[in-house]
Amino acid sequence: MTPLLSVRGLSKEYEVGRSLFGKTTKTVKAVQDVSFDIAKGETLSLVGESGCGKSTVGRAIAGLHAATVGEVLLDGRSIADTPSAGWHSRVQVVFQDPFSSLNPRMRVRDIIAEPLTNFGSTRAKTEARVKELIDLVRLPRDAGDRFPHEFSGGQRQRIGIARALAPKPELVICDEAVSALDVSVKAQIVNLLADLRAELGLALLFISHDLAIVDHITDRVAVMYLGRIVEIGTRDDLFGAPVHPYTRALLSAVPVVDPGQRRDRIVLQGELPSPLSPPSGCAFRTRCPLAEPGCAGNVPALTDVGPGRQVACPVVTRTTADVN
Amino acid sequence: MSLLDVRNLQTHFRTRGGVNRAVEGVSFHVDAGETLAIVGESGCGKSVTSMSIMRLLPENAARSAGEILLNGRNLLDLSEAQMRDVRGNEIGMIFQEPMTSLNPVLTVGAQVKETVALHQSIPSADVHDRALRMLELVGIPDAARRMTEYPHQLSGGMRQRIMIALALVCQPKLLIADEPTTALDVTIQAQILELLRDIQREQGTSIILITHDLGVVAEATDRTVVMYAGRKIEEAPTATLLAAPRHPYTQGLLAAVPRLGGDGSGRLAEIPGQVPDMRKPMTGCAFANRCAQATDFCRAHAPALERKAPGHIAACHLAEPEILA
Repeated sequence: MTPLLSVRGLSKEYEVGRSLFGKTTKTVKAVQDVSFDIAKGETLSLVGESGCGKSTVGRAIAGLHAATVGEVLLDGRSIADTPSAGWHSRVQVVFQDPFSSLNPRMRVRDIIAEPLTNFGSTRAKTEARVKELIDLVRLPRDAGDRFPHEFSGGQRQRIGIARALAPKPELVICDEAVSALDVSVKAQIVNLLADLRAELGLALLFISHDLAIVDHITDRVAVMYLGRIVEIGTRDDLFGAPVHPYTRALLSAVPVVDPGQRRDRIVLQGELPSPLSPPSGCAFRTRCPLAEPGCAGNVPALTDVGPGRQVACPVVTRTTADVN
Repeated sequence: MSLLDVRNLQTHFRTRGGVNRAVEGVSFHVDAGETLAIVGESGCGKSVTSMSIMRLLPENAARSAGEILLNGRNLLDLSEAQMRDVRGNEIGMIFQEPMTSLNPVLTVGAQVKETVALHQSIPSADVHDRALRMLELVGIPDAARRMTEYPHQLSGGMRQRIMIALALVCQPKLLIADEPTTALDVTIQAQILELLRDIQREQGTSIILITHDLGVVAEATDRTVVMYAGRKIEEAPTATLLAAPRHPYTQGLLAAVPRLGGDGSGRLAEIPGQVPDMRKPMTGCAFANRCAQATDFCRAHAPALERKAPGHIAACHLAEPEILA
């Protein structure tokens, strides 16, 4: 069966720095050779730290910018061969900042209606749909007549979600959609997303740096480091038994609320290397507790370590193979 | 005597929509060498409390009343010149966003040296050494070279280390850290929390850690004050508070924190509703409109802070005191 979304060998380079005559002097490889699938109704989370390329992947899938290399396919059909209105009505985005992603001069009704009008819905239909959406995201009935500034952060994020759901998309990309919210409100929005996913059979690409939230909402997880996926697997596998040393460090760095449940912490030394001049071979080797001289050689490829489970670290896959 | 003793602090802002009672009668103390967490959600008054202690709020718009006793001296009575001497020397402060709190057109070294030269009467020849040693202490690799660089050349984690160096270079007895790790990635957050712990152990600095992240509270603090709508609603040793919270808001907050080891269903415990408008007069408990257990009595009478267990106080009519044998 064709998955709903396929990403094949996606790379995205940005040109930075220009010489006097407009020649590009440097390129940042923000995303390199990223591939994954999302099935209908499935939630995949992309996790990693700032600058790892997770949002760039999201934007390429949303059609907000073109990939340098690679393909994005929806039901087997490439984004390059799909008219943009057709793509955008099936793939929608909820952005991080509910303050800057809503037009302050538009009424909520018009904000939610905009995608519908853009895709040629009639006036009567639009009006009915907007009402339906306001109920769906549990905003007060009179919300449509008001302006974004009259709402709190959590309420605004509901408006953003309503707008994304307006054209009845099959895939919604949540790019750090709950990161800016307070704990109690964050829980409200995560619950709303979970309910909507169940009610509407939505597939979600959940982009987040917050592993605890991801653990609550996702089916599968892909961990990114400096533009590449270093580990991908189901939530239970990946969180239950992380294999890649970066995944392990990332999980161990999450603060634990409950006393008496402290884990052994792996505090990574050093900083994220600059994507302008990434280390040779494995990009993580400069901070990796398991790094060997051989890691500076080739970029490690993702290798299967179980059903639907891949890891890009020859050191751990070799040692686990020894154990088995 | 406590190092810092805040008594009945009230900070009100004049706004067009009326007086915003951002902090409404908050009292707490910080002992020497301890880390106190002030925790709460946006708008609960935790940052305004810290800004009031530092007297960094615009005096034409904000008015603070009560007492802020640092070693017995009320900071609210000091002149601006005396206060300038307290900032940096006696109380250091770290802000959330290191990029906007560092001067972009001065090298990092110049900024640290300026702080030393301004506050400490040491020979100018020693200023450089002092700055360099501080940068090494906060774990800046190749500190001598980094001193000649500008803030934009450093990563977020490095900038936050510079902020910590600036706050601590004059060896203040109290450090106020306002969301010091919120803008950082988790692996860098772990590094910064470890650094704060090390520095506290070595220099015996007291720390007020202001945060919304209960995970950070659990990892890094001794005692916790929970704020809601400008009021202190609960205070206890951190381990006690997290294990047995007494106030329904604290209980709700703890239940809403996503934890590793979820079930993938996406369901989290939520606190319904939103924080009240601080410009409107409030009768009764500020949390009553979001509290599942609230009674008519709660809505009519504001609860006072009461001792519920040894070292554990909470402002809730419904939290029964622990019966002591």
